[in-house]
Amino acid sequence: MANESQGGAGASNAKSMSIIVTKGSLDWAYPPFILATTAAAMGVDVTMFFTFYGLPLLLKKLDLQVTPLGNPAMKMPMMGMHMGMPNIVGMIPGVDAAASRMMKNLIKKKGVASIEELREAAVESDVKMIACQMTMDLFEYDLKDMIGGIQLGGAATYMEGALKADINLYI
Amino acid sequence: MADQTLDAKGLNCPLPILRAKKALKDMATGQTLEIIATDPGSIPDFEAFCRTTGNQMLESKQDGNLYKFLIKRTA
Repeated sequence: MANESQGGAGASNAKSMSIIVTKGSLDWAYPPFILATTAAAMGVDVTMFFTFYGLPLLLKKLDLQVTPLGNPAMKMPMMGMHMGMPNIVGMIPGVDAAASRMMKNLIKKKGVASIEELREAAVESDVKMIACQMTMDLFEYDLKDMIGGIQLGGAATYMEGALKADINLYI
Repeated sequence: MADQTLDAKGLNCPLPILRAKKALKDMATGQTLEIIATDPGSIPDFEAFCRTTGNQMLESKQDGNLYKFLIKRTA
């Protein structure tokens, strides 16, 4: 990009942030991607380290789900009030899919970005994405099923960046 | 009159900021970007964005349900 003076890769005196992404459900995917893209927009060099259940967020094809199970704080706006779901209902097959559909509809209706959209913005703004090699092996993921432009690395790779970063988050 | 206008109506956090940054990136230093948003959270967010990036907020006003910002690319 011509006029790139507000940070991005290569801006050596820019502030930097690292995020360890450990969760891959529809709801938990938001905080890391929102912060990563916004920080990048504010000139921060961002590194995201995807490990354990966060790793599938790098798959080309995403089909993120949310579960109300064990989450008493998850209350959806319905008929003018907020409704939670008893665990016993959340255990019924199909309820997770319905809850996920409901949340995706809300996301669209309220003008909230999709995770796909945020991830694309992260790639565009040079957010460095590292896939945890150990998790790749552990859960048998293949690099060819993941989006381009990511790197493989382990704890030491993460630590090298984190030691120099201004902000380190674990989500 | 702004050099460019960004319609961020209906967009929620962090999209107005991301779109604004994208627009500013392709503008020349000294040019101005007008942003029209409906997200009330964009008021503190654009102020924070400008303070952090060094771009200049020339104007921030509310017009009914619309929030209008005028940002000059200085960074």
